Amino acid sequence: MNRFAALLDRLVYEPRRNGKIRLIADYFRHVPDPERGWALAALTGALSFRNAKPGLIRQLIAERTDPVLFALSYDYVGDLSETAALMWSTPPHGRNEEPPTLSAVIDAFATLGRGELPALLAGLMDRLDETGRWALLKLITGSLRIGVSARLAKTAVAALSEGTPQEVTPDAVELVWPGLSPPYEALFAWVEGRGAKPETADPAPFRPVMLAHGIEDADFAALNPASYRAEWKWDGIRVQAVRGHDPAGHVVTRLYSRTGEDISGAFPDLADALAFDGVVDGELLVLREGRVQSFNVLQQRLNRKSVTPKLIAEFPAHIRAYDLLVEAGEDLRDQPFDTRRSRLEQLVSRHDGGRLDLSPMIAFSSWEKLAEARADPAAHGAGGDAEAVEGVMLKRADSAYLPGRPKGPWWKWKHDPHSIDAVLMYAQRGHGKRSSFYSDYTFGVWTSEGELVPVGKAYFGFTDAELAEIDRFVRRNTVNRFGPVREVVHTLSEGLVLEVAFEGLARSTRHRSGLAMRFPRIARLRWDKPPAEADRLETLERLLKAEAPSPPEARSANSASSPQPEP
Amino acid sequence: MRPEDLLISTPQGLYSPAGDFHVDPTRPVPRAVITHGHSDHARAGHGAVLASRETLDIMAIRYGADFTRQRQPAAFGERVEVNGVGITLHPAGHILGSAQVAIDWKGMRIVASGDYKPGADPTCVPFEPMRCDVFISEATFGLPVFRHPDPAQETAKLLSSLELFPERAHLVGAYPLGKAQRVMALLRAAGHDRPIYLHGAMEKLTAYYAREGIALGEVRLTRDAKPAELAGNVIICPPGAMTDIWSRRFPDPVTAFASGWMRIRARARQNGVELPLIISDHADWDDLQHAILATGCQELWVTHGQEDALVHWALLAGMRARPLHLVGYGEEEAEAATATEGEAPGSGATGSGATGSGVEA
Ligand SMILES: [Zn+2]
Repeated sequence: MNRFAALLDRLVYEPRRNGKIRLIADYFRHVPDPERGWALAALTGALSFRNAKPGLIRQLIAERTDPVLFALSYDYVGDLSETAALMWSTPPHGRNEEPPTLSAVIDAFATLGRGELPALLAGLMDRLDETGRWALLKLITGSLRIGVSARLAKTAVAALSEGTPQEVTPDAVELVWPGLSPPYEALFAWVEGRGAKPETADPAPFRPVMLAHGIEDADFAALNPASYRAEWKWDGIRVQAVRGHDPAGHVVTRLYSRTGEDISGAFPDLADALAFDGVVDGELLVLREGRVQSFNVLQQRLNRKSVTPKLIAEFPAHIRAYDLLVEAGEDLRDQPFDTRRSRLEQLVSRHDGGRLDLSPMIAFSSWEKLAEARADPAAHGAGGDAEAVEGVMLKRADSAYLPGRPKGPWWKWKHDPHSIDAVLMYAQRGHGKRSSFYSDYTFGVWTSEGELVPVGKAYFGFTDAELAEIDRFVRRNTVNRFGPVREVVHTLSEGLVLEVAFEGLARSTRHRSGLAMRFPRIARLRWDKPPAEADRLETLERLLKAEAPSPPEARSANSASSPQPEP
Repeated sequence: MRPEDLLISTPQGLYSPAGDFHVDPTRPVPRAVITHGHSDHARAGHGAVLASRETLDIMAIRYGADFTRQRQPAAFGERVEVNGVGITLHPAGHILGSAQVAIDWKGMRIVASGDYKPGADPTCVPFEPMRCDVFISEATFGLPVFRHPDPAQETAKLLSSLELFPERAHLVGAYPLGKAQRVMALLRAAGHDRPIYLHGAMEKLTAYYAREGIALGEVRLTRDAKPAELAGNVIICPPGAMTDIWSRRFPDPVTAFASGWMRIRARARQNGVELPLIISDHADWDDLQHAILATGCQELWVTHGQEDALVHWALLAGMRARPLHLVGYGEEEAEAATATEGEAPGSGATGSGATGSGVEA
């Protein structure tokens, strides 16, 4: 597994999506079956190692090192797995043994008996190099962070078909994926043009989701309102609900995030209630007494690790349906939107499991009328759910359901975001192409005591020209340096005011201001404005109260593993 | 007689009361013995400088011919007496011209090793362990987490990245004296025969290495190159220049960094490095132990770096050991680790005095 570890080590540092794909594809090209298949399983999260606790690593390393030297080293490195991997002294005989393959490691863990873990781990460590030991410890403690999604790994698999007569797209890999299991030999044979397309045996597979482009004012001129249908864009989690049956007739229900992650486990109440045969695209929302709750409320359910009956009762999950992809085995994705919509309306009206309703269409005759509806959803059909409306979706009446984000058939027209004027406080260098630019900004607003407190961080929204301007400002107005971070001048009279746009606010214990923004971005540079005239914290407090009428203690938004709403 | 009669640590650096000279002083002194040309050890303005011929040449390149009033070149193994105290230079294997200083007087011998590494390096004479009573060692990488891998393996990482990303320039941050030339030599040894491009701050020192007969292959300056010709090629620059405005001329480069610090992932990530290359000109943890034991010394003095861990080890090994708490050393690698902006041209620690890392003349 030294080769796989080297790949992980490289991925840790590679910021670019394309760079990651090339690195993974290169690994797949040079490593034979079944080793590469186990690597694919590890990258897509299809493997679950018997978890080792940090205590075990501590114990193993303590048996082999001087306590003072370990303490000094751990203090210096700051990461237990890495310290142990680096300090581990390989015994002389360890060098003569072949390093274990990833397959062998997985095998050993799968057949592990009670109490055998410490000896197994030590034996593997003896035979691996530093990077191999690091990767092994990260894998078995479940703390590997390499920024590779399952989708990205599958895209790298698809890349293997480049140059073969039959090119395979990432979506095609996605389609066959649910029926496959490690080490995926049939999949590799297919993408490399050596074998037939693997048959999916999964009764409830994921279908790649169709996404919309954001619409700009200039786009409307080219669009005919009569060719489009409009519906609300709900502020929840985009999901795909799939129900099917296996050859034995057992019904299988799955909920997928828009990236194809199976999130059924987090919503057993919803999965149990669904009673259709097909694939529904919709928005997952929390409804209480028939009313859609804000995203903040949904977030509270997402933040909980264990799904208890109390949680389910407090945060009942629903699906508001947008589209119907498959019904009773019939694939509707090639059909026009209007046809799919009427099939969906019939399906929902027949549905008696509850928890599923229809996202209503918005009647409009012109773009001006639609703009009115968008500005006031409550008066245009959204009623008491209006607060959960994030904007409007436009779908061409004849549009097929296509994977990805094709330009033209679907548009999203989001709410005008909130915006505030904030003062730039700190800037950090970016990564990849931006590593010579200060491109990550921490900004703050004034408290009533006249102190500037940070309220958020933004690293997009600006043009390349604006980036260059801010970068110049940062370099010329640095007052302090902390590694890659610079503090810039921010007094009442000196500093840079940024107009920051954002989608929403939530309470947060992570920021000193007690607030966290959703999707903050730099909307404009306000060179004209002195920092003294930037916004105050009270403004944000008021906004938060208006946004979330009764926010109970929001847990720190650790949503790394939770499904994300479509940005 | 105590070793302290022969050598003590002072705010200016190591000083011999018996011989009335300093070793690697951090401030101007009447008489200095210099171990090697890195700017934290070799400073301008001393009355007289005793050093290897190469170190004297390097100091003249960096500070100008008048960096001292009197140059006294010494060959390796040649014993010179200063006020009755014997001084002999021995190879340290750190960079071109680097030396350990053996000081003997009335039957006692102290070796001040400066910076050193026992590993193979085609750009300098290999380290030679010297028997002594007191050994003075640095401890830059004096923790058991530092075990440098085979540099050929690190070079292979760079070459395979060039192969995988042939449309991107590969920007390698390396200290301008020693590390830069060693990386070039490693690339050549691995069969890389394309031109290697250099930041202007490395021009004179690299030319000096070539004049000294160290084969580095075809070298070009980035300022003479069109951006398109840099695709798939290696560019070596001072670490500070990687995040400096200078680097913007290269479209979407892969940023590599050659340093022993790259062993620690948090250090590499902090600097935004995409391809860390663990190539060091300092002894690693195992090297330090072997080198110290090979001297047969009864007493170890540790100058700078991770002195706590090394002193702890030496005490366990039955030696007398203590840290000297010398300040002002270790900047050459520390500088690399923090990758400061290099916007202040000509700062001594960043590069050659004539061309700071940020300004490519
Ligand atoms: Zn040095």
